[in-house]
Amino acid sequence: MAHRQTPIDDTYFAGERAGSFTVVGSPVARSDARGHVTGRTEFFEDVRPAGLLHLKMHRSARHHARLVTVDTAAARAVPGVVAVLTHQDIPNNLYTPLKLIGVTPDDEPVLAVDKVRYLGEPIVAVVAETEAAALAGAAAVTVDYDDLPAVFDVEEALAEGAPLVNEYQGNNYFTYEGHHCRRVRFGDVDKAFAAADHVFEWRYQSSPIEQAPVETTGCVVVPQPDGRLRIHSDTQACFFTLDNTALILESEFNKLRIVGGTVGGGFGGKVDVVVEPVACVAAMVTHRPVKFVYGRYEEMQVSSPRAAERIYLKDGVSADGRILARQVRAYIDAGAYSRHTPYGTTKAAAHFPGPYAIPNVSIDCHCVFTNRTPSSAMRGFGVTIGDFALESQMDRIARALDLDPLRLRLINAYRDGDMKAHRKLAEGTALVEVIQKAADLVGHDLPEPYRSMSSTDRKGR
Amino acid sequence: MARLFGRGYAAVNYPTGMNLGGDPSQALIHATTTGTFVISLSSVDLGQGLKTVVAQCAAETLGLPIENILVDTADTDTGPHCMGTFASRGTHRIGNAVIMAATEARAVLLDVAAEELEVDAADLETDGTGYVKLKGSEQRKIHITDLAMAAHFTHGRTISGRGVYMKDKSEVVPETGEMDPDSCQAHACTVAEVEVDDETGIVEVLAMYSVYEVGRALNPAMATQQVEGGAWMGISHALFETTEPYYPVRDHGPRDFTEYLMPGAGDIPVQHSVLLERPAATGPFGAKGIGEMTANSPIPAIANAIFDACGVRLEHMPFTPERVLRGIDELHAG
Repeated sequence: MAHRQTPIDDTYFAGERAGSFTVVGSPVARSDARGHVTGRTEFFEDVRPAGLLHLKMHRSARHHARLVTVDTAAARAVPGVVAVLTHQDIPNNLYTPLKLIGVTPDDEPVLAVDKVRYLGEPIVAVVAETEAAALAGAAAVTVDYDDLPAVFDVEEALAEGAPLVNEYQGNNYFTYEGHHCRRVRFGDVDKAFAAADHVFEWRYQSSPIEQAPVETTGCVVVPQPDGRLRIHSDTQACFFTLDNTALILESEFNKLRIVGGTVGGGFGGKVDVVVEPVACVAAMVTHRPVKFVYGRYEEMQVSSPRAAERIYLKDGVSADGRILARQVRAYIDAGAYSRHTPYGTTKAAAHFPGPYAIPNVSIDCHCVFTNRTPSSAMRGFGVTIGDFALESQMDRIARALDLDPLRLRLINAYRDGDMKAHRKLAEGTALVEVIQKAADLVGHDLPEPYRSMSSTDRKGR
Repeated sequence: MARLFGRGYAAVNYPTGMNLGGDPSQALIHATTTGTFVISLSSVDLGQGLKTVVAQCAAETLGLPIENILVDTADTDTGPHCMGTFASRGTHRIGNAVIMAATEARAVLLDVAAEELEVDAADLETDGTGYVKLKGSEQRKIHITDLAMAAHFTHGRTISGRGVYMKDKSEVVPETGEMDPDSCQAHACTVAEVEVDDETGIVEVLAMYSVYEVGRALNPAMATQQVEGGAWMGISHALFETTEPYYPVRDHGPRDFTEYLMPGAGDIPVQHSVLLERPAATGPFGAKGIGEMTANSPIPAIANAIFDACGVRLEHMPFTPERVLRGIDELHAG
């Protein structure tokens, strides 16, 4: 089979690449490629059991509001509507997905109870014989709102007097063992700033980003003759979904079975557990198979995106370009509920101050609640936006000091044996080598001693 | 009015795994009487090729052809536990679990072969062709299909193995942030070349040069797909994508792919990539997780290239034509 193959430059780390292999390192054809390109791969939506019902959601039309009345009578009257579910139908309505690894508190309702905290929050689930009837039923639900002040900016959310987004959290930030942020402290940044030849401080910002899978988030739940539920899902984590769903259903774990493994694009968006629990309740109530799949609008605006981040980087730098101190203040926009953002925020704290040996570091990563769609996992969350900030910062420092951008990075690059800010010893480093090779690719002049630097020793430091 | 050329650089690292909650994954493997080995998992292949690379890990460890390996995964009734596919952990965690399971199965396989061939198991070898043979001999050998039949019908043995990979949970020290969250670090350096149209604000990425240090490329063709696809996503993040174009203002959110734009074929630059391998001590055959990292270095490389081209420092992603033009206006006003 023809394939493109990126060359491997085996002159780097030649001594560490020992071993000869017969299968590893060879371009074995992807096992599912033929099925994908011929349209024969079966995804969860190809499961079409007899008597399948469709679930659609009535969602909040407000950013932040009390629910005065929720009237489902008109929805129940729509021809084809079989069941209408509210929070009272969900056995354990309050959850947070990372409770499986000990994260507290439960802070999110499966279906809204007395208020909504973001535009698009699910309030009422309508189950019907056809997709059209389910959509008509969901549209027929009427909700009276009592609007509350909303907050959308992460720093405004942390200011005194800001509206409280999530009562279960108690503050507009996630609390890390008594701290209002995830912090890293290494050396003494204040002393280093005072001693530095230059101090630079800049601000970076990103906006939320959609995982944009071709296949939207969804599941088909099929009740089994033995009373169990078989859940066909495009989840990225079968047991994680099973365990969270069982906790919400107050079900024994072995009453559920997840069948998955074929996913039309994940990128982190299918780590949340947002369709299976309510679809299972619908299947239990109706004793019929139920499908709940997001439409494209829901995938874009309701399903959790990559968090927006605001990052302030302050660096103390010597005249010759050595970074002596780096202070990071990051505000990561969790939206209305925590989902996976407390974890992503900790990942950010471990990633800063980037792949450089910096002796004095102070990091405050805030996981902030606002009245927007909850953010959650997405490819590299906690790192991707940080890298945008860190590497823009390095470019600006190089320009401010009139230094070559690659040489600046090389003299600061972390090497084996360096202690990182979160007190983990660096090993297996290769930043120096990827920079050297990239310079070769574009003909960027890299003289001695930069040329002979190595990740395995401290020469040229 | 002009198209302005610029070049920008960025270098990054990326952690494999994130085990703040403990992070185990299991694999089971057994031979059927056809001599086919079935790997049972509950892990999810998101399209990155997990099923293929773990089959390679099993084939390499067993010393058998890849055609003798089947992967049965993502059913919680039949597969052992996996934490899931995220944090660039799949190849690393599940690859290791599969190697452990296959190592155990290989020991049984050699044991049974030793009985069949009436030799010492330590004197046997495999060469990836499907035979187990006495070292240095072309006569004393047995095919895996015959061996699997003999194991079941003659010796009453299962050729099977169990594997698990777990890195202990790392608690974060709240005061200092001390923690051990990852298993290894991959690396990348990207050089982006762009043209900025100072009339429309449109940024075109002309070429990208990237070097990725990946530990070991278990499958260089799929590693290529990951680095090229990831770089595409990085370009998309840099120049196109957001669900809230005027964040933190909540309005004007796109509803579908006609409003949520991403690079099409004509927007994709020429990519020149090279892989370096510094095998990780903890990785399966040294592999590191690279899936997520490959989208990261293009973003700041493009930001820095835009500055190089037109002097506009973009601090807010994505770098839309509107933001580029407003930046150019500010420069002229200043």
